[in-house]
Amino acid sequence: MNDQSSSGLLETTQAPAVVEMRDIYKIYGSGTTEVRALDGVSLTIRAGEFVAIMGPSGSGKSTCMNILGCLDVPSSGEYWFRGVEVGGLDRDELALLRRNFMGFVFQSFNLLPRVSALGNVELPLIYEGVRPTRRHQLAMQALTNVGLAERVHATSAQLSGGQQQRVAIARALVTEPPVLLADEPTGNLDTVMAGEIMKELVSIREQRGITILMVTHEPEIARYADRILFFTDGKLVRDGAPAEVIP
Amino acid sequence: MRALDTLGMSVQAIARNKLRSFLTTLGIIIGVASVVAMVHLGQSATRSVTEQIASIGSNLLFVMPGSAQRGPGGVRTSAENFELADAEAISNEVDGILVAPALNTSATVVIGNVNDTVPITGTTNEYFAVRNHHLDYGRVFEANELSSGAAVCIIGKTLIEEMYLGQEPLGSTIRVGRTACRVIGVLEEKGESMGQDRDKAILMPVKAVQRRLVGELDVGAIYVSALVDGTTGMVQAQIESLLRQRRSASIGAADDFYVRDTQDIAQALESTTNTLTVLLGAIAAVSLLVGGIGIMNIMLVSVTERTREIGIRLAIGAQARDVLTQFLVESIALSTLGGIIGLVLGVGGTWLVTWRLDMPFVVSPAVMAVGFTFSVAIGVIFGYFPARKAAMLNPIDALRHE
Repeated sequence: MNDQSSSGLLETTQAPAVVEMRDIYKIYGSGTTEVRALDGVSLTIRAGEFVAIMGPSGSGKSTCMNILGCLDVPSSGEYWFRGVEVGGLDRDELALLRRNFMGFVFQSFNLLPRVSALGNVELPLIYEGVRPTRRHQLAMQALTNVGLAERVHATSAQLSGGQQQRVAIARALVTEPPVLLADEPTGNLDTVMAGEIMKELVSIREQRGITILMVTHEPEIARYADRILFFTDGKLVRDGAPAEVIP
Repeated sequence: MRALDTLGMSVQAIARNKLRSFLTTLGIIIGVASVVAMVHLGQSATRSVTEQIASIGSNLLFVMPGSAQRGPGGVRTSAENFELADAEAISNEVDGILVAPALNTSATVVIGNVNDTVPITGTTNEYFAVRNHHLDYGRVFEANELSSGAAVCIIGKTLIEEMYLGQEPLGSTIRVGRTACRVIGVLEEKGESMGQDRDKAILMPVKAVQRRLVGELDVGAIYVSALVDGTTGMVQAQIESLLRQRRSASIGAADDFYVRDTQDIAQALESTTNTLTVLLGAIAAVSLLVGGIGIMNIMLVSVTERTREIGIRLAIGAQARDVLTQFLVESIALSTLGGIIGLVLGVGGTWLVTWRLDMPFVVSPAVMAVGFTFSVAIGVIFGYFPARKAAMLNPIDALRHE
C-alpha cells in the first residue's frame, strides 16, 4: 500500500507505469525445503526510469528480474506489464511480449558462438520476420550506434568482453523496445570497460527515453541509475534514489 | 519468421559441424543406398531372367519323355523316347505351331589340331525359329540333306573363336565323333544363358545324328513354338492328349512324358527373384530405420549441447514453434541430404554390379521416389521428438545451462 500512495504522488510528474507488481511470490520446493525467492514483492516502475535492482546473492534480485523479463512466471501475485496481466499469458504470448517490448543484456553476454556480430544483432529481426536487406540495414545501424561499425563480421571469440557486451546491447536495442533489461551487464568486465558500458546505457536512455531495469551488486554501477530497489531475503526492503539507498 | 530464414539457420548449423553432420547422415545414406541398390538389383535380376527366357524362344514348349516330377535335367527313365514320327504327328495334328525334334548328345570335335567335347543337336530347319536362334551366315539344311542324314553341320561362334584359330569355317570339314562333317553355316551369337554357353554348339540333321553319332532312331525332345501369343496352354493340352493316344497310356496312369512351358519357368523364376527383392529390400529398410534412430540420437545430443543457444533465442523472442521448426528443418535437411547421396550411391552401386555381372541396368523412378520420400519422412518422424524437446525448454533453465 505504501507503493501505491507514493506512486499516486508521482503520477502528476511522471509517465505511465510500465511495470506493476502486486504481492509477487516465487516459491521453490515445498514443506520444510520451501524456499521463498520472492516473498510478497510489490513495485511500480514508470516509463523512462533507470532502475537498479540490488541486493546480496540469494536476495531474490535475479528472480525478480527474470519475472520482470517474462522469462519466468511468479508462483502467485499479479504482474502487469504495460497494462497486460502477464500471469494470463502462455509461453508463446510471453515470447511475443519479449520480442516486441523487451531487450535483454546478460552478464555473460550470451551471444551465439561462431556467429558474427552482425548475425547476432540480426537474430531478433529474423524472428520478427524482417526482410534480409532491411534487417542488415537495421543491424548495421545498431552496431554503429554502439561504436562497432568496424567489427560487424567478427565472431564473439574475436571480440573483447566490452565489445561483446556492446554487440549484446545492439542486439537488445535493434528492435527498438521500450524496456531494456540488463542482468549484471558489467559483471564480467573490468572497471574501465564497465564504466564505458554504463555510459553507453546512460546515453541510450537519454537519447531514446527507454526504460532500463538493471540488476547489479556493485554500488558504483548502481549509482548510474536514478532509482535503486534493494532486496533482502526475497523482500523489497529499500526503494529510492541512489543517495538515499546506498549510504 | 520467414521460411527461408529457418532454412538458412538449419543449413548454417549443419555446415558448422560438417563431420558430425556427415556421420549423422551416414546411416540414412547407407539405408537409402542399400534399399535402392537391392530393389534395383532385384529388378535387374528379374529382367535378366525374363530376357534369358525370351532368348531361349518365346511361347516355347519343351516336350520330354519321362516323368515331370524328375525335373527337366537328366531325365533318363525307362520311359520310351520319342520318334521322329511323334514330332511329325504333333506338327500335323496341332494348328498354329512350329515343331522341331531335337536329339541332344555330345561328341568330341576335332578342328585342325584342336579338339574339344561339344554339345551336338540333331534337328530340322524349324529349330532356328522355334529356339529363336538364327543363322549368322551360311545356309540352312537342304531337304535332301535332312532326308538322307547328310554329314553337314552348322556351328556356334565359340567354336570359331576357340578352335578355328582364324581360319574361314564355311566349307571346311571338321571331325564330329568319327564322322567328317562339312560346315555349311554359322549360328548368331547368343551368349551365356543359365550358366550355359549357347554358342558352343553344333547343329546337324537329326537323321545324321541318329545314324552317325548315336546309332538310335529316336529323338530326345521335341521343341514346340506356338505362333500366336497366349495359346501355349491350349497347344500344351492338345499335345498332351495326342501323345497319350500315341503312347497308348492307360487311363489314370501317370504320363510317361511331360510338356513344359518356358512361360511357367519364367514365372517361377520371376516370382523367386521378386520374393528375394522384397526380402532384400526389407532388410535394407531396417538399416534405413537404424539411420533414422541415428539422426534422432545426434539431434538429441545437439539439443542438449545447444541448450544455451535455445535459451538465448527464446529470450530474444523466439516462439516455441520457431525453435521447433528450426530443429525439425535441420533433421529433415540432414535426412534429405542423406537420401540424395544415398540415391546416387545406390544407383551407382547398381550400375557397377550390373556392369560387372553383365546384367541389364534397370533404373526405376518409382523406387527412387520411394527411397527419397522415406528419407524425408524419417527426418520428420525422428526429428520431431528432439525438436519438441528443444521447443519446450524453459528459457531461464536453458539460459543457465552450462
